Amino acid sequence: MEKFSSHTGVGVPLRRSNVDTDQIIPAVYLKRVTRDGFEDGLFSAWRNDSDFVLNNPAYAAGSVLVAGPDFGTGSSREHAVWALQNYGFKAVISSRFADIFRSNSGKAGLLAAQVDEKVVQRLWDLLEDSPGATITVDLESRTVRAGEGADAIEDSLDIDDYTRWRLLEGLDDVGITLSHAEDITAYEATRPSWKPATIHA
Amino acid sequence: MGKTLSEKVWDEHVVRSHQGEPDLLFIDLHLIHEVTSPQAFDGLRIAGRTVRRPDLTLATEDHNVPTLDWDKPIADPVSRTQVETLRKNAVEFGVRLHSLGDVEQGIVHVVGPQLGLTQPGMTIVCGDSHTSTHGAFGAIAFGIGTSEVEHVLATQTLMQAKPKTMAVTINGSLPPGVTAKDMVLTLITHTGTGGGQGYIVEYRGQAIEELSMEGRMTVCNMSIEWGAKAGLIAPDQITFDYIEGRPEAPKGADWNAAVAHWKTLVTDADAEFDEEIVLDASEMTPFVTWGTNPGQGVPLGGCVPDPAEFADAQDRVAAEKALEYMGLQAGTPMREVKVDTVFVGSCTNGRIEDLRLAAEIIQGHTVDADTRLLVVPGSVRVRMQAESEGLDVIFKEAGAEWRGAGCSMCLGMNPDTLAPGERSASTSNRNFEGRQGKGGRTHLVSIPVAAATAIRGTLSSPADLEA
Repeated sequence: MEKFSSHTGVGVPLRRSNVDTDQIIPAVYLKRVTRDGFEDGLFSAWRNDSDFVLNNPAYAAGSVLVAGPDFGTGSSREHAVWALQNYGFKAVISSRFADIFRSNSGKAGLLAAQVDEKVVQRLWDLLEDSPGATITVDLESRTVRAGEGADAIEDSLDIDDYTRWRLLEGLDDVGITLSHAEDITAYEATRPSWKPATIHA
Repeated sequence: MGKTLSEKVWDEHVVRSHQGEPDLLFIDLHLIHEVTSPQAFDGLRIAGRTVRRPDLTLATEDHNVPTLDWDKPIADPVSRTQVETLRKNAVEFGVRLHSLGDVEQGIVHVVGPQLGLTQPGMTIVCGDSHTSTHGAFGAIAFGIGTSEVEHVLATQTLMQAKPKTMAVTINGSLPPGVTAKDMVLTLITHTGTGGGQGYIVEYRGQAIEELSMEGRMTVCNMSIEWGAKAGLIAPDQITFDYIEGRPEAPKGADWNAAVAHWKTLVTDADAEFDEEIVLDASEMTPFVTWGTNPGQGVPLGGCVPDPAEFADAQDRVAAEKALEYMGLQAGTPMREVKVDTVFVGSCTNGRIEDLRLAAEIIQGHTVDADTRLLVVPGSVRVRMQAESEGLDVIFKEAGAEWRGAGCSMCLGMNPDTLAPGERSASTSNRNFEGRQGKGGRTHLVSIPVAAATAIRGTLSSPADLEA
């Protein structure tokens, strides 16, 4: 996984709450067996609408998505994270993320930055008043910054310490866990014999 | 202070606990299907890793499989490639797979309990958010992403921060004709789609204890729809009776040892939950959704709500967008909503008890001339059981389509989809925009409402059939 410390990019205001993973990428796009090429399916239904934010050229090169609460609800499909990344997004800002989406983001290297709902509102206003404006998400200092002068926005972003550390270091979870293989073996020795198995010797 | 049920199960599975790090949890059962596993197996191959515990892993084909002509090669080449990739991976990594055509094939969350693999006190994961279904047995069960699928394949563990605990206590008894589905839809409208976020939820109280295992699975299945990490129910005699004698259930002395342990899996009297919700089942009625998330619901006797009446600005905007998408007018009685397709099936309501209930209501009636009814058993075993009871004949004589097992129209990855603008009453779990097909409009309903709606062509309950 690539290291993530700070990113500055064009912000995209998505004024919607409850953006479920079926909206991020519908099931018909999940049939690929690779981790790439999912950008075609990103928000596919909404992209048919010429008024949809990503169809505005000012936001087309966006890399920081700013969405309403309960982003990423529904299906566990990690394809939702890959679709955002394949399109070019490095971070999503919301006031509340669904658990599985947040976890998938952390594993795949997309920053799910949780901020106060008022910050989301201010970012939306800024991005709509100044299409193409950039947002900085700084994982090192746990801050979100955008705008200049009197209207400048600077606030904290919330992320758990462990995920932050893994993103900063670009670490692979499986590798970390396998360094504790002895603990797993010791645990396995304590499991009761009546626990079910799918394959019988 | 005592422990809650979920804390007991959690603590029994901690392999390693370290300050400032998530717990490393052992996983008792890893379920796999074709959609969320190919990239995980690729990851193993690239790193030169193996599946640590193939004996705790089970794969089935469900999301892409056709429910017609399932004895022929899958027509859609992309779906076929995905299914064939699972078959190759299962052979290469030594994983047990129940393929299309196998008597044990079906929706992963129907197959696990039916084989007796789902047991109390286990940790169960799958790259599928409806893994919460297995919580009905008193297991901690939750959906994971593909990176985590790879992690479990390689290590049989997961790194997980311990969630908070919540009790959902449902007192009283459900009135006749009101089901577990109505109960959980009522709950989700009460909490909203994010209400359970960060919690493992224990469903308890008289109304929960009175549910069959199928009903308990329906409730736990939809835990994810209000954002809960997992939902579970303390095992009791109903649970033990359901498991006993199933192919993978413990036998003989093992059975006695298992039951002795399972009986300890209850929340201690002095345990404390971080949060509690209390509802009264006796006030519940048939419940249906009007919008585009499972939290946008009303009693069947109610009307499409007016967005202006929502206090919260976000909810107001969401309601406006939902009504536009659903093609509904505020104030329209739900019973006047005309439905094109009724879907009976899915991991929420595709078990034998669901099909029996649907058949009982449909028997002696005919499906409305302008409505199609699709009945899709959750597994091949459910299909065979239904056929041995003659349920298929009841459905077919009424004019319904009797299909093969799989996820089918719940998410439309196979040919079973809604056309743009087509409206369904669906016993599945998600009414998201386009979930059942691009432009399709979904109303989530219970089995009795689905059956009555198929007969009348408008959203209805069995009581309407007598009028």
